[in-house]
Formats: sequence, C-alpha cells, structure tokens
Amino acid sequence: MNAATPITPDLVAGHGLTAGEYQHAVELTGRTPTLTELGIFSAMWNEHCSYKSSKKWLRTLPTTGPRVIQGPGENAGVVDIGDGQVVIFKMESHNHPSFIEPYQGAATGVGGILRDVFTMGARPIAALNALRFGAPDHPKTRHLVAGVVAGIGGYGNAFGVPTIGGEVNFDPGYNGNNLVNAFAAGIASADAVFYSAAAGVGMPVVYLGSKTGRDGIHGASMASAEFDDASHEKRPTVQVGDPFAEKLLLEACLELMATGAVIAIQDMGAAGLTCSAVEMGAKGGLGIELDLDAVPCREDGMSAYEMMLSESQERMLMVLHPDKQAEAEAVFAKWGLDFAVVGRTTDDLRFRVRHRGRVEADLPIHELGDDAPEYSRPFLLTQPPEPLAADAVPASDDPAADLLALVGSPDLASRRWVYEQYDHLIQGNTVQTPGGDAAVVRVRGQKGLAFSVDVTPRYCTADPFEGGKQAVAECWRNLTAVGAQPLAVTDNLNFGNPERPEIMGQLVGAIEGIKAACTALDFPVVSGNVSLYNETNGEAIPPTPAIGGVGLVEDIGRSASLAFKAEGETILLFGAPPAWGTCLGQSIWLRDIADRADGAPPPVDLDHERRVGDTVRQAIREGLVTAVHDLSDGGLAVAIAEMAIASGIGATLDQPPGDAPTASLFGEDQGRYLATARADDIGALRDLAEKDGIDLVTIGTTGGSALTLGRSGPISVAKLAEAHANWFPAYMAGG
Amino acid sequence: MKAAVVVFPGSNRDRDMMRAIEIVTGHAPVAVWHGDTDLPPVDLVTLPGGFTYGDYLRAGAIAARAPIMTAVAERAAAGVPVLGVCNGFQILCEAGLLPGILMRNADLHFICKPVRLKVETADSVFTNAFAAGDVIDCPVAHGEGNYRCGEATLRELVGEDRIAFRYVDDLNGSVDRIAGILNDRRNVLGMMPHPENLVEPIHGGLSGRGVFESLVDAALEVTA
Repeated sequence: MNAATPITPDLVAGHGLTAGEYQHAVELTGRTPTLTELGIFSAMWNEHCSYKSSKKWLRTLPTTGPRVIQGPGENAGVVDIGDGQVVIFKMESHNHPSFIEPYQGAATGVGGILRDVFTMGARPIAALNALRFGAPDHPKTRHLVAGVVAGIGGYGNAFGVPTIGGEVNFDPGYNGNNLVNAFAAGIASADAVFYSAAAGVGMPVVYLGSKTGRDGIHGASMASAEFDDASHEKRPTVQVGDPFAEKLLLEACLELMATGAVIAIQDMGAAGLTCSAVEMGAKGGLGIELDLDAVPCREDGMSAYEMMLSESQERMLMVLHPDKQAEAEAVFAKWGLDFAVVGRTTDDLRFRVRHRGRVEADLPIHELGDDAPEYSRPFLLTQPPEPLAADAVPASDDPAADLLALVGSPDLASRRWVYEQYDHLIQGNTVQTPGGDAAVVRVRGQKGLAFSVDVTPRYCTADPFEGGKQAVAECWRNLTAVGAQPLAVTDNLNFGNPERPEIMGQLVGAIEGIKAACTALDFPVVSGNVSLYNETNGEAIPPTPAIGGVGLVEDIGRSASLAFKAEGETILLFGAPPAWGTCLGQSIWLRDIADRADGAPPPVDLDHERRVGDTVRQAIREGLVTAVHDLSDGGLAVAIAEMAIASGIGATLDQPPGDAPTASLFGEDQGRYLATARADDIGALRDLAEKDGIDLVTIGTTGGSALTLGRSGPISVAKLAEAHANWFPAYMAGG
Repeated sequence: MKAAVVVFPGSNRDRDMMRAIEIVTGHAPVAVWHGDTDLPPVDLVTLPGGFTYGDYLRAGAIAARAPIMTAVAERAAAGVPVLGVCNGFQILCEAGLLPGILMRNADLHFICKPVRLKVETADSVFTNAFAAGDVIDCPVAHGEGNYRCGEATLRELVGEDRIAFRYVDDLNGSVDRIAGILNDRRNVLGMMPHPENLVEPIHGGLSGRGVFESLVDAALEVTA
C-alpha cells in the first residue's frame, strides 16, 4: 500500500469501517479520503477508541461525587484523598494482544495503564490485574498463564511499581479469548494534575519518548474485531514493551511537569499519534498541524500512514509553553529520550498532517473525535433463571471433604505462584500483600489506600443485571473488609460482539446493574474501558464487567486482615440470614462439586449491603474485631478455611441452624462478613450491630490445628493449606 | 553518617534505599547521577536495586561501565564502604569489585517474597550489629539472583569468611546458598535481599536496620 493505493470497498472493509461509516467519512472530508485519512478514520472510529456501541449506556453511569475531581473522559479518573493529594486510577484491557502474544500483550497492557496514570502527573503506587483464562485442561491455557504472568511481572517489576493484587480465574468460556485487565493507581498533588486539552494557538506540539516503528499498526482495529483460527497471523500487530524506556519516560515527565512547561499532555496508546493529537486538539477547541518529517523514527522510509497508525510504546505528546521549550528539552536529554517539535496548535479546527512536502491528511478535528459514529444497537436482555428451590439440590454427603476439594480447586486455590512473580514490595509502602480481601498501601504517614478488582462472570452469565450489581458490591465489600472507606471505581467491561442483540443485552444489563450499585453505595465510576468483540469463531466470552475499586484507609494501624490472630477468639458472622447461607444458585459448590450451573445467582440487596458494610467498617475502626473476611466464592466454609490457612490456627464452628447445612456452609449469599473478636469486645459489637439493625451471630471459636464444621470434620488446617498451596504450582509444572 | 545513593537509568529502589538510610541514620543521603564522575565525601556509597538500562544485556553489565563507576571503584580501593543491593550486587560483580556473577534464578521466574536469611559473619562494617548465626526474615525481589563463581573463588569466600549472608533454604540455585558476599578488604558488600525494605513496622520486621546500624557504628569508630 502507498499513497496512490485506490480506496476500494475491500480496503474500507479491511479498515473495519462499514459502508455507512465510510460514507460519513467522505462527507466530512468533502472528497475521497487519502489512504492516510482512511487510516485515521479507522483508528478514531473503531470500537476500542470511539466506544460507539457503549457510549449511550456509559453516559447513564453515576460519575460524580464530593471527592471526584475528574470523571471519565480523561486518561484516568481523579479522586480527592485529602491533605492536598489525589489518587489517579484506571483499568484497561489488553485482551486480544495477550491471547496472540501473551508476554508482550500483557506487558504492554501494564505499560499502557501506567502511562495513563503518570500522563496526569501521578507517580504510580500500585498495579493490579484481573486475568481470565480458559479451562485448565485446554491445551493453550498453561502457556497463556505463564506468558501473561511473566509479562505483567516483567514490565511492572522493571518499571518499579508494586503489583499488589488482582484476580485469576479459569472458565472454558475463555478458551479462545483470555482477558487481561490491567489496573494502575498513582498519587499526585491536587494542584498539579495534568490534562489533555490543548490551549493557546501556535503552541509547539512536542513528541517525547521512544521512537516510532512499524509495530502495532492497527492494534486498536484488531481489538475491535472477532478472532478466528487465523488470528495468530495478527502477531505483528502486537507491540513490544520496553519498561526501561517507560521508567525513563515517567521520571522525565514528572521532572518536566515540575518546571511548569506542560500545557497539555496525552500518551500515545491505542492508535498512537492519531488519537493523541486529535484528542488534544478537539478537547481544547483547537486545530493541530503535524509535520511528520520531524517524528523520530526507528525505521527508514516510514510512510505517513504507518506513522499515524503505529502503536509503538512509551511515547507521549505534549503541548508546551514556547518559552520553556529549551528547559524541557534539557530534561529529556538528561534522560536520553527523544524530544522533537512535531507540530503546532492552530485556530482553524483542522487536523492537518504533512509529510515530505505533501498534505497527507486535512480533516475537521471535532468531527473526527466527537462526531464519531454512535450506535443505539438493538439488544435482547438476558432472561434471568428462577432461583433454585430449596429441595432442588441434594445435600452434601461430606462438607469437610467438599471444602478440601474446593480450597484446592483451580478457582479457589492460592495465587501465590502468580503474585510471587510480581514485585509487590517495591516502594516500601505495602501494608497488605496479595492474598487478602484488598491490598493496602501506605500513602503518607498513617494514611493508606486499599485496592480491589472484582467480578463473578458466572453470575453475570446467568443474570447480567445482578452480576453487574454484585461485581460492584463485592469490590465495595472487599475494601470495607480491610477497614477502608470505598471512594470510587473504574470499570473494565469485557463482552462479545455487540452487533448480536443478546450480547448487547448482556452489556446493557451489566451497565444497569453497575449503575444501580454504584448509585446506592455512593461509589462513582471515574474511569473505565470497554472491550467488545471478545469472541472466537462466533463463541463469546462470559460477560465480564470487571470493577476496580479504591478505598481510603484513614489509619493503616486500624486496618483489618483475614488471618485469625489468636486462639480462643469468638467467630462472628455479620449480615447473614438465620440459616447463615441459603443461595446455592450459580455457586462454586454447585459448579465444582455438584457439576451444575443453574439457578439464579445470589441477589444483592444494596441497602442491606451498605448497612452491613458500614457497621463492619465501624467495628474495625473501633478496634473491636481482630480479623475480617468477606464471604464470596465458596461461601462461609471457604472463607473460614482461608482465615485458618492464613494463620495456621484452626476453628470449631457450631452445627449450622436449619435443615440445609450445604447452603449454610457453601451458599453465596451477598452482604456477609466473617470476623473474630476477643471475648471482652463481644458486648460492644452486639450493641453496635443492634444500633445499626444488623444481624450478628456468633458461630464458633478459633483454636487448635483443625477445622470442624459442626458435625463435619475435623479436617487439619495443614491439610487444607497444602491443598490450597499446591494446585497452582503443580498445574503449571504439568503438561 | 553521610551516604550517597547512585542513581542509574532504570534504578527503581533508589527511593527505598534513600528512605531506609534516612530512617536509620537520621540523615538524608545524597543522590548521585550515573553520568557524574565525582562522588561527594561520604562514609557509604550504595548502588540500589532496579533494572539498569533495562538489564536487556546481562544484569548490571552496562551500569558497571557508567562514568560514576570509576569513582566508586576508587572509593572502594580507599576503604570506603560500598553496598550494592540486588541490581547493585549485579553491578558490583560486573564491575569486578566482587567476584562471581548472578545468573537467572534456577526456576527462571522472578521471585518476590520474604525469605529466611542467615547472617554468616559479624566481622564487617555491614554486619557488626548482628551476631553470626542470626536468622532474619528479609524480602527478596529478583529474577537474576542465582550466584555463581568458580571453585577456587568459592574456597576463598568460605576460607576468608567472606560470605555475609546465606539463604536458609535454597531459593534461586545460588552456589552454597549464597545471598551476599564481601570483597577481600571487607568494605564492599553485595547482597540480593533487600534490607532497605525491612526497616519499618509495616515491613513486617526491622531486621534490615542492622545493616545500616552496623555502618553507623563503623563510621563512628572511624570518626573517633
């Protein structure tokens, strides 16, 4: 292809544009677009960059709150954490690249999200990730797990950010399309946050960072199409990450920002130079003129088309104060990074690209960005299944044996094999390491932040609305369980092809659920990312709206962790129904032990969720509880086992009340927490719960070296710990 | 005690090191840029952890040839204590200030966790606050910590009591479970574990302070 390549319908389709979209592009251009212009439209209007299928629904989410400084629309969300500080965070998918080339796909996913955070002036302090792989026995799974984990570690460890938490799950629904959702958070001064809107006419547009190569061309378009068996041929569209360059870029950007030279800044992520330049101009109400002859290139003879679509990593675009240009250049020279003035802002609202004396593109800038196509796609809401009748499930023959099987199962086994490959201690601020309900890092003095990433795809498959609610509620609960006040979330919505009404229905249902929960819990959405077309050969992934939440810990000395702290303490259950648990529909027990995936998922009563959480948080802050753990996958039995395993201390539970002990022990009813307390504090806890109208029951005592579940067991904690620890390394060593 | 922390492109535990030194000694260290050729007058030079130049070649190989390293070698020769942690250890080996080399961990995985570490000698400016045989829980975070050297070198290290720390349990395939070694003058220490991440209550222990307290004691003796 070259500039003389005729624009045929095939070429248009090859750029992922529909006939209607192309027609719109022709109207905006006022003539047949050049090849470079076609590439620019393709880059700006693909699903990944334009959110054309989801925008209509994303607009309905709650995005404001007393602490929200910047909601969706910038590189990341900005939330006030007091003392003149803000936390800046976002989560983003790198699903398609990671399936094709797991190490580099995951690595550049981490690189991209870190850049989103430091582009806004924040030094990254925490990284998390949500990973979904196919069935463990699928031939590709082990290779993908190994590559993705190594890639995340390889990038984050070298860059120097602690990777402190996340999720890893297995489901055959991801056999042909794994998910890699990367989250990053950073801290900045409230008075030194940087945005992407350009300001001032005639200001220099400056290119910073690594050189531009031919890698990643059409990456964003790839992320907007389904996979088929030939998708491995797309390997060349995966970029290669250089965490060293990113580390230099971080230090250089923060140093440059401190000089006062930066008017606007945008990282070059998806669709590289095109997307970053258009966004800076369109947001600032200005035109941008680029001179591609000045762009630092890694390879000879790159065309305008290639430069505009390259997704080479570790690059930034800035608009600088002209009188500070020399100072800025000196900072980048010190760090050995490229610095080139590649254009200027204009007042004519055009996006003009020159190369070798020719105008390769001349397009209206607002229309490219804001006037991108937007679709109100037809949708078919998922019909939720009926709740399981109480007698629909046979009782467990041996709850203790089931528990042993579950704690050593693929989805519930320890993730130590994974997180030990991530440097989770660097920066010296990690208060709670991976493996707990939420990770906690110190920010300054006694102030800390808690982070959690959550979603339960099997609930979302059965009922996207309840699943969307539950993802938010579980995230809120995990933050609460460490004693944090939940502040805000970022959402990463992973779905199949939105052109299919049933998939669009899943997306709509999940967003409605997220909206309901975020509203009820005062937990606004401040940033996010949508990844659609996660399908291979027509098979869509389970709907997976991952929620990344941030909470404020006022005093890290008053946060809670899940390990039992001493023998002889009382075990308490907050927020549970009289039978402790009732809901086996879509539970892990039902799936992994009874080999069934039916019934309705547990409903989330958001008012109840909030009241129970507020009470638990209060109990933590008053120092009335010694350990806290939220109840989620596997229910009460798995939660109590995790508390025992983490401490090496056993426990004896009463026989569950009621006549359905299986549901009591393994039901996944929402809005529940386990806690332990010293005998002296039980009275105060009862008073607190009574005042708040929260159900609180004592269900057992810690102690010994075994776990007894009423009439089932005992089972030694050592045996549980062994099963819990061994599954992952044994699996990865196999094959 | 005055200390310098050398910052290379890709150093990433430089801030951890600076904070630990300040916490333990009460004095903020000086950051020295890799491209400089002079070191200020200090009682301690540290090379922090990280991935200098991305470690795309052998870990530490490029940093070992940075302009500042001539001055570091001169100070070492003059008897000033030089501490290299993790990537700093790799740089010291690549620079020839310590014998041997650090290869990829035996299982080829990066590993981050607290490990049990045995203090093998108290006879150095870095370890005199410990007793030989002390066992501490110290974090490691590295992909290339598998210490290797020739048999003659190993005999020397053992014979001259120059193994400062050993892993209690094999961690990464290091010969003789070596975690840290001294040079023959005993004023250069390279170690893979991170004492700078073990100096505050939130780190789960304070034993890492021993390394810096030893240096403070040694500096006081010199002054006296």
